Amino acid sequence: MTLTTTTTPGDTTQPVSPGRAAARRRRRRIRPGGRAAYAYVAPFFIVFAAFSLYPWINTAWVSLHDVRLTTYNKQKWVGFANYHNLFTNDFFWNAFKNTITIGIISTVPQLCMALGIAHLLNYRLRGRTFFRISLLMPYATSLAAATVIFVQLFNKDTGFINWFLHGIFRLPLIDWQNNKWASQIAVSSIVTWRWTGYNALIYLAAMQTIDNTLYEAAAIDGASRWKQFLHVTIPGIRPTIIFTIIVSTIGATQLFGEPLLYEPQGLPIGGTGRQYQTLGLLMYEQGWTNDRLGLASATAWTMFVIIVIAVLINLWLARRREKWTGSRNVIPVTAIERQEAAT
Amino acid sequence: MRHSYTRAVRMAGVVAAAALLAAACSSSKKASSNGGGTSGGGSPTNTLASQCGTSDPITLTVGLFGTFGFKEAGLYNAYHQLCPNITIKEDDVEQSADYWTKLKTRLASGSGLDDVQGIEIGFVADVEQNHADQFVNFSSLPETAQLKSTFYDWKWNLATSHDGKTVGLGTDIGPEAICYRSDLYKQAGLPYQPDQVAAKLTTWNDFINFGKQYEASSSKEANSHFVDSAASIFSTAVYQGNEAYNKADGTPDVENSDGVKNAWQYATQAAQAKITAGLQQFSDQWNKAFQSGAFATIACPAWMAGYIKGQAGDAYKGKWNIAPVLPGGATNWGGSWVGVPTSAKHKEAGIKFVEWVTAPAQQETWFTKVGNFPSSKTADQSPSIQNHMDTYFSNAPSGKIFTDIAGKMKIPPIGLYDTQIQNAFTTQLTNVETRGTSPEKAFNDALKAIQQVTG
Repeated sequence: MTLTTTTTPGDTTQPVSPGRAAARRRRRRIRPGGRAAYAYVAPFFIVFAAFSLYPWINTAWVSLHDVRLTTYNKQKWVGFANYHNLFTNDFFWNAFKNTITIGIISTVPQLCMALGIAHLLNYRLRGRTFFRISLLMPYATSLAAATVIFVQLFNKDTGFINWFLHGIFRLPLIDWQNNKWASQIAVSSIVTWRWTGYNALIYLAAMQTIDNTLYEAAAIDGASRWKQFLHVTIPGIRPTIIFTIIVSTIGATQLFGEPLLYEPQGLPIGGTGRQYQTLGLLMYEQGWTNDRLGLASATAWTMFVIIVIAVLINLWLARRREKWTGSRNVIPVTAIERQEAAT
Repeated sequence: MRHSYTRAVRMAGVVAAAALLAAACSSSKKASSNGGGTSGGGSPTNTLASQCGTSDPITLTVGLFGTFGFKEAGLYNAYHQLCPNITIKEDDVEQSADYWTKLKTRLASGSGLDDVQGIEIGFVADVEQNHADQFVNFSSLPETAQLKSTFYDWKWNLATSHDGKTVGLGTDIGPEAICYRSDLYKQAGLPYQPDQVAAKLTTWNDFINFGKQYEASSSKEANSHFVDSAASIFSTAVYQGNEAYNKADGTPDVENSDGVKNAWQYATQAAQAKITAGLQQFSDQWNKAFQSGAFATIACPAWMAGYIKGQAGDAYKGKWNIAPVLPGGATNWGGSWVGVPTSAKHKEAGIKFVEWVTAPAQQETWFTKVGNFPSSKTADQSPSIQNHMDTYFSNAPSGKIFTDIAGKMKIPPIGLYDTQIQNAFTTQLTNVETRGTSPEKAFNDALKAIQQVTG
C-alpha cells in the first residue's frame, strides 16, 4: 500500500518522451521525502523478509525434501512425495475435517454473540464502560491459564459442567475428552470465550460510526429495535463483519494452542483418538514429535493454500450477498449513501 | 549526569571484578594446598588444571532435563569446593522431549551448546548414530579403561557407536520392581507383605490374576483399581523380549518383535479384565490419582519411586511399599547419560566434571538423596546403597532390591524412534481401556501412527 502511493503520483501527468522520462526519474529520485518514505517503511519490510518471506520460501523448499532435524544437513530431494504422502494419509484428512468442524463450531456462535453484545452495549447503559472493559478481559487472559481452567470445568468426573448438566438437569454424563463432538465443543468453547469480547469491541467501534440520524429516521418510519438492527446496523458495519469473518477464518485454520493444552498429556495428538487434532497440531506432531520436517512443511504450505481458498470463498460470498441485499434493503442503504455523499 | 552515572557503574563493575578475581585466586590457593597433600605437590595452577580441566575462573554450563538430581544432591556446591575456579550454571528443561528438540536444533546449527549436555535413553541412539562426531569420545581418553570398569557394560555400550565412539557417561538407570499401596491391599484382604506380594507376581499372568482378585474383593476401596494403566504393563513387558522396537542392528521392527507381541497381549488382557484405572501416564489426572487411591499398583523403575513421593506427598508416607519382583523377569525402563560437545567452550573442564559427577561416590550421593539409581556397578555394591532403606516406602530395602534387579536385567537393542513408538502404543492402549476400542483395531492404528514416524 505505502509503496504504491509513493510511486503512482506523476505517472498520469504527461505523455512520456525518453528524455523527459529520464528527467522525471531524476526528479523523482531527488523529490524531498521520497527516499525518507522508503526508510520509514524499511523496518517493516526487513523484518517481514527475515521472519516471513524467508521462512515461507524455505518451508516450500524443505517440503520438497526428506528432512529430519537430527540429520538436517543431509536433506534428500523427494519432489512432491511429501504432498502425496499427506493427501493419501488418514491423519491429514482427519485433522482437516476437525479443523473445519471446530472452526464452524467456534466461529459462527462467536461472531453472532459478538454482534448481539455489541448491539446491546451500543445503547446507553448504566456502567457501560465497565461492561466494555470486561469484554476484553478474556482476550487479555493468558491462554494457558484459561485452558487449564476449562480443562477442570470439562472434567468428566469432577468438572462443573457435568455437575451442572448431570447433577441438576439429570442429563447423561458426558465425556468431554473422549467423545468426539463433546471434545470439539469443549475446545470451541475456549476459543469462543476468548474471542467473543474482542470481536464485540470491533463491532461496537464500527457501530459508533453509524450516524444517529439514521436510527432516528428509521424510528420515525416505525422500525422496531430489531428492524433497526437488521436494516441500519448490519448494513452499516458490513465491511467490519467481513473483516472479522476473514480474521476468524484464518485463526480457526491455524488453531493450535487451545487443543494442545486441552490434551491431558500435553501431546499434539488431539486426544487419544485424534478426535480434536487440528491441522496446526498435526503439523507440530509431524515436525517436532515425529521429526519429519519435510512432511510438516508440506502441511504448512497446504494450510496456507487452504487459508487463501477459505478467504476467497468468504469474499465471494460477501460480494454475492451484497448484491442480493443491495436490491432488497433499498431505503437504509441509500440512506447511508446519501449520508456519505453529504460528508 | 547520565555520563557520570554510567561511569560510576562501570567503575563499580571493575572493582567488583577485581574483588572476584582476588577471591578466586586466594581460594584456589587454599584448595590446591589442600589437594597438594594427596597428589604429591606440583604448582597450584597445575593441580587445578589437571584436576578441574582449567585453572582459569570459569562458569561451566550444564544443560539437563527433568531431575538429574545433581543440584538437589548438592553436587554443584561440592564441586565448587573441589574446583573453586569453576562455578556451575544448570540450564534445565522440564520435559525431555522439549530438551531434545532444542539440543537437535543446536547440534544442527553447531552453536549454542552447553559445556555438558544430558542425553536420555529415548534419544541416545540418535546421538551415537548421527552425532557421535560432535561429542567428546570417552573411549579415547587415557583414563577410559578405568572409567569403563565402573559402569554396567550395557550402559556403556548403549552410548557407544558402531565404530566405538562413546558419547557420554552414564548417570542413572531404571531397574524395575513393583510399587504398591500396602494399605489398599490389606483393605482388599490380599497379602500385603513385600515377600508375599512378590511370590504372587512372578509372571504377567499371575499379575493379571492377582489384579482380578483385587477387583473382585468386596472390601476394597471404592473406585480403586489394581494397576494405574495398561501402559504400565506394556512399557515394562516390551523390554522383556529379545527385541523391543528394533532389530539387533537398531532398525525399527515392530511387527516381528516378540517383546511387542507379548506386551500387547498382557496389556490388552489387563485392560479387558478391567483391572486398570485407565489413566494416561504423566497426565494431570494420573498425577492427581496418586493422592486418591485410584490405583494400588504401578510398575516401578527406581526413578518412579522418587516420582511417587513427589506426587503422593507426605500424607501417603508408609502406605507405599516395594515388592522385590518384576513379573516376567528383570528389565530396565529409562535412564540417562551426560556428554560433552566437542564445540563446548570449556571442553576440558566439562570432561573433568562429567568424570567426577558420574564417579561411584557421586552416584551414591544422588541415589541416597534423590533416588535416581546408579549406572555404576561399583557404586551399587557399596554399603551406603546395599543398606539403604527408603523410609517413605515403609523402610523397604530399595538399594538392595534395585541392585538385585539391575544385576539380572535383559537389555534389548534400542533405536531412533523408541519414544514415539512407545507413545503410539500406550495412546492406543488408553483407547482400549477408556473408549472400548478393540485390541486389533488399536494395534493397527498404532502401526499407522508408527509408520508416520519411521517414514
